[in-house]
Formats: sequence, C-alpha cells, structure tokens
Amino acid sequence: MSAPATTIVAATPEGQVDAAAAAKRRRLRFVANPKAATGLVVLGFFCLIAIIGPWIAPFDPSARSSDLIQGPSGKHWFGTTHLGQDVFSQVLVGTRGVMFVGLLAGVIATALSVLIGVSSGFLGGAADESLSALSNVFLVIPALPLIIIVASTIPGAGDLMVALVIGLTSWAWGARILRAQTLSLRRRDYVEAARATGESTWRIITVEILPNLTAIIASGFVGTVIFAVMSEITLAFIGISTISEWNWGTILFWAQSQQALAQGAWWWFVPAGLAIAFLGTALSLINFGIDEFVSPRLRSNGHTKVKTTDGHTVKMRVGFTPVLNTAGKDAPVTPVVRKASEKAKGAA
Amino acid sequence: MKFLLQRIVFYLFTAWAAITINFFIPRMIPGDPVTSLINKFQGQMSTEAINSLYVLFGLDENASLWSQYVDYWGQIFHGDLGLSFTFFPTPVSEILKQSLPWTIALVGITTFASFMIGTSLGVLAGWRRGSWLDGLLPVTTFLSSIPYFWLGLLAITLFAGPDSFFPSSGGYEPGLVPSWDREFIASAIQHSLLPAITILISSVSGWILSMRNMMVTVASEDYITVAHAKGLSERRVMVSYAARNALLPNVSGFALSLGFIVGGTLLVEIVFSYPGIGYNLFQAVGSKDYPLMQGVFLVITMSVLMANLVADVAYLLLDPRTRKEG
Repeated sequence: MSAPATTIVAATPEGQVDAAAAAKRRRLRFVANPKAATGLVVLGFFCLIAIIGPWIAPFDPSARSSDLIQGPSGKHWFGTTHLGQDVFSQVLVGTRGVMFVGLLAGVIATALSVLIGVSSGFLGGAADESLSALSNVFLVIPALPLIIIVASTIPGAGDLMVALVIGLTSWAWGARILRAQTLSLRRRDYVEAARATGESTWRIITVEILPNLTAIIASGFVGTVIFAVMSEITLAFIGISTISEWNWGTILFWAQSQQALAQGAWWWFVPAGLAIAFLGTALSLINFGIDEFVSPRLRSNGHTKVKTTDGHTVKMRVGFTPVLNTAGKDAPVTPVVRKASEKAKGAA
Repeated sequence: MKFLLQRIVFYLFTAWAAITINFFIPRMIPGDPVTSLINKFQGQMSTEAINSLYVLFGLDENASLWSQYVDYWGQIFHGDLGLSFTFFPTPVSEILKQSLPWTIALVGITTFASFMIGTSLGVLAGWRRGSWLDGLLPVTTFLSSIPYFWLGLLAITLFAGPDSFFPSSGGYEPGLVPSWDREFIASAIQHSLLPAITILISSVSGWILSMRNMMVTVASEDYITVAHAKGLSERRVMVSYAARNALLPNVSGFALSLGFIVGGTLLVEIVFSYPGIGYNLFQAVGSKDYPLMQGVFLVITMSVLMANLVADVAYLLLDPRTRKEG
C-alpha cells in the first residue's frame, strides 16, 4: 500500500430506517407531524362543537335567570352574565357562528387568491402587472379598519355578510405568494413539455401547475381562516355585526359593555378568549405542519443530539456535517479527522 | 434611486385607491342614514357644513358621479373631512389632529420595539435550533393567537385596579392639561405602559417565528460554511453573515404586514380607552358617525403608507443590490 487510505465518515443516526417502512409512512407523513396532528385534533374538536353545540348546551344562551353575575359552579360551569345567562351555553352555541364565518371567508379568499395569483403569475405581461398591483394595494391598505367600515355601512350584517366582507378583502397575501410560486413553476421543463405537446392553457394550469401549489394554497387557507376568525370576533366585540346571533365576540362585547372587569367577573370573558386562543393556536400548528412538510429544514424536533455507534454524542446542526473519528472512543473529536484507516493497514 | 421612485409611485397609486374606496363606500349604504343625521342637527349646522357633508356622502342627487368625485378630491386636499356627529360640531380633522399623536406614539414605538426584540430573539432561536429556545415557539404561537384586545382585558383585570401602579384607562391623569411639562409626560408614560406591554407581547411572536425560519434557511447556505471554515468567531458568523442576510426578507415582510398589525393594535386603544385614533373609530362605530369613520380610515391608511415608505428606505440601506441597479 503506497498511500494511506483516508476515511471520513459522516455521523448518521443509529439504526437504518427500513425502506419499506419509510414508503408506508410517507402517506401519513403530514398527520404524523406532532404539530399538525395536535392542530388537526383541536380543530376537529371545535368543528364537532360547532355542529352539536346548540344541542348539547345545557341552557338557552339568551334565556335570563335569577342567578345574576355568578362565578363558575356545578350548575353554570362558566358562570352567568348580568342577565343570568349561562356563559357556558353561550360559548357552545357561539362556536357555530365563529367556525362558519372563518371557514366560509377562508374559502372565498382562497378561491380569489388562487384565481388572481395563479393567473397573474402564469399570464405575465400587462395582466400580471395590473393584477399584482391590485393585490399589493389590498395588502398595504389596513384590512381591519376597512372591514370595520364596510361592515358598519351594512345595517344588521349577519354571519353570511360578515364572511363575504372578510373574504373579499383578505385574499391579497395568498395571491402574492401564489403568484411568486407560479412564476417559478411556469418555466419549468415539465410545463414547457406540456406546452409543446399542445395542451391547452386551462389544462396546464389545472393539471400541471395547481397540484404543485397544493401546500401553499392549504397554508394560505389556514392563515386566512385565522385572520377571518379574529376579524369576525373583533367586529362582534366592537358591536358592528348583529348582537342577536351568538358568537365569542358577542360574549366579549357584552362583557366589555356591562363592565365585567370592574365587577371582577373574569369568568365572563376568559372562556371565550381562551377558546379563540386555542382555535388560533390549532390553526397555526396546522400551518407549521404544512411549512415543515414542504421545507424539512424548519423541523426542530429532529434528533439534534445523535449517538453514534461507537458511543460519541454529536450535535447535529444545519450547515455542518459532523465528522467523526472511527478509530475509537478515546481519540479526540475534531471537526475533521483524517486518519489512516486501521482496516486498510491491517489488510495490507 | 429607481427602486425608491417605483415605490413612491406605487404608494401614490395606493393612496389614490384608498381615497377612491373611501369615496364609494358611503355611496353603497342602503337607505339614507346620513340625511337623517343631518336632519337631526338641522338647526345647528351652517349651510357650508351641510354642503361639505353632501359632497362627502354623495347626497347631492343632481351632480353626476364624476363631478361628485372631483368635488370630493377638492375637499380632501383642503383637509375638510366633514363634521363629526359624535362630537358635534367639531370638524373631523380637528378630532383626528388631537388623537393622531397618541396613536403614533403608542403604536409606532411598540411596533418598532416588537420588531426589534422579535428579530433578535428570532436570530438566536434560528441559530441555536434544537436548543431550549425552540421551547419558546409554542408559547409565542399561543400568545399570538390571542386577540390583542382580549389580552388587554386580561391585563386590566390582573394588573390594574384602584390602588395599582397601572391605570386602567385613559391617556393621562384626568386633571392634567396636555403640555410638554414633566408631570404630564410622566403621567402619559405611566398610562401607556400597560397597553404597550399588551401590544408587545401579542405582536412579538410573529417576528420571532419569521426571523427564526429565515435564519434556519440561511444557516445552510454555502457562505455560512465558508465563514465557519475561515475560523471566524461564532458570534461574527451569526450576526454579520447569517443575520445580516436573513434580515432582508424580514424587513420587507415588516412593510407588508404593517397594515395587519396596525389594525390589531388599534383595538388595544379601545380596551384601554386610550385617546387615540382606534378609540375614535370605536366611538364612531358606536354612534354611526360616518364622517369620523371615513376620516379615521383615511388617516390610518396614509400613516401606514408613510411607514411603508420608511421601511422601504431601510431596505434600501440594508440591501446594496437595490442601490446598484439605479
């Protein structure tokens, strides 16, 4: 042997993943992400409440009783309001309105953002210029004050109207991101190939481009639902949408206007706020799940401390390939260890 | 320079769009709530004031839409936004002039501070990925999912009270007269602490998250590896190589999301009865004071556009590429 062979071994996590198992897991990979799974479970719970809430509520949310402003008890789990209404029932019944407006506004805004974003990215030229200027204008104009003003000019705006207003004003963010992604996709080889084989523009957009935008559309949808829920609750809280329909914002509206704070009636506004926070967190978690699904770099829950086969502990970091001495435990671990392989020597 | 000019043209266009939207919204109101309000104050209004409201709300049936539009622009340029119904007979522009400094001080400073704090924390969280700092993420996610105004309610219950250091409402001690003396400023700062902390807590997490994700992306670039290989100190690589480059998208993100943030922070003013624009909007909505609502919307939009321009200048200074092109 003339020159000593050099081995540089990259540290790999212990145990090779079985190829067959990996393939099987891939289908459920999104759900297997703990963040996404938690988010989906909580979202599912709220959807369930939205459907069955009005039936399982122990009291009529608007019914008055003689128990005025009472703290949580066995009879009234979340206490009562100034009119003796049961806050627990109000939260349960109110879930339906919140979910309805959130999801409907999300669907409207997502449809608009796909329509505007994808066509602006795909068509290019003057159409692109004007469509992206339009979405930038909607992006820069403060959305919430606009929604407040538009909603307040519509007398007695119900859930449907509120959802429409929110949906029509909050599509711009999604459109911008979709446009950017479409721009990068439209010159890819497979799209060019489809164009060369004579596929129609419509078919290229729906069959070649849209499937590749699924993750972005999904995350845009979830983001819009968060925004819509917040806006709707805000509208109800400042008393714009009809206060005859219960939702979490209406509860907060009454709590604020009846001086719940001054009376120390924390149970009046805490449950509704926590419900909003949990719903928002669940949706954000789903979005993180989608982000990490698309860009694996963002995952933080990977095994950052890895134990190698010979007992070294190495901290994995992005941008670094930890390199190990394979000779033995006692040898110093330096970023790069180059050493003549014992095996090669022995064989020689 | 070309970059800046393009942006200025865009903001002028946006300002035109916002004013045009503002022109059309009241014309969509079904029925005629404004006429009934004008009738209510019939005896107390000068013909001039009534005329100005007619122009603002398109009640002048005889004029064509185009001439209404031209008249409307003329009024906007004169700063005439009509009379407020809530604070009759004060002009809307007068009310906004009083409340705007409060909002700019509170929302401006807290938004900037939250961007700075969030970005620095995001740099650390992204650089030390997998350390305990990742534990911050779920907490901040939860905090950012809470509506600003609800956090404000909670803060008042927990920290404000008759004998607490934090006052629960208002912008300054009721007895004081707004001026630049020490007593007044101290009182104003004391009153703004709780709203400021509320805004800070709920808005900081967004910046942490976006900066962390940017850092994670940047950290795997080749030039980071090269910087490490050169033997530069960890701190130098983190700040001058990774953070410097990760900051750019965050600054442009800052400009774009200002509209969202300002909308949310205005609500904090409502909860704390802070004498700013957001509280004005609340009062206007409560009493169907359309001229005030329109004025608030215009002022908020213009302020956000100005802030955007400032963010663009910052971007220009941070990114040499934009300077080279012009």
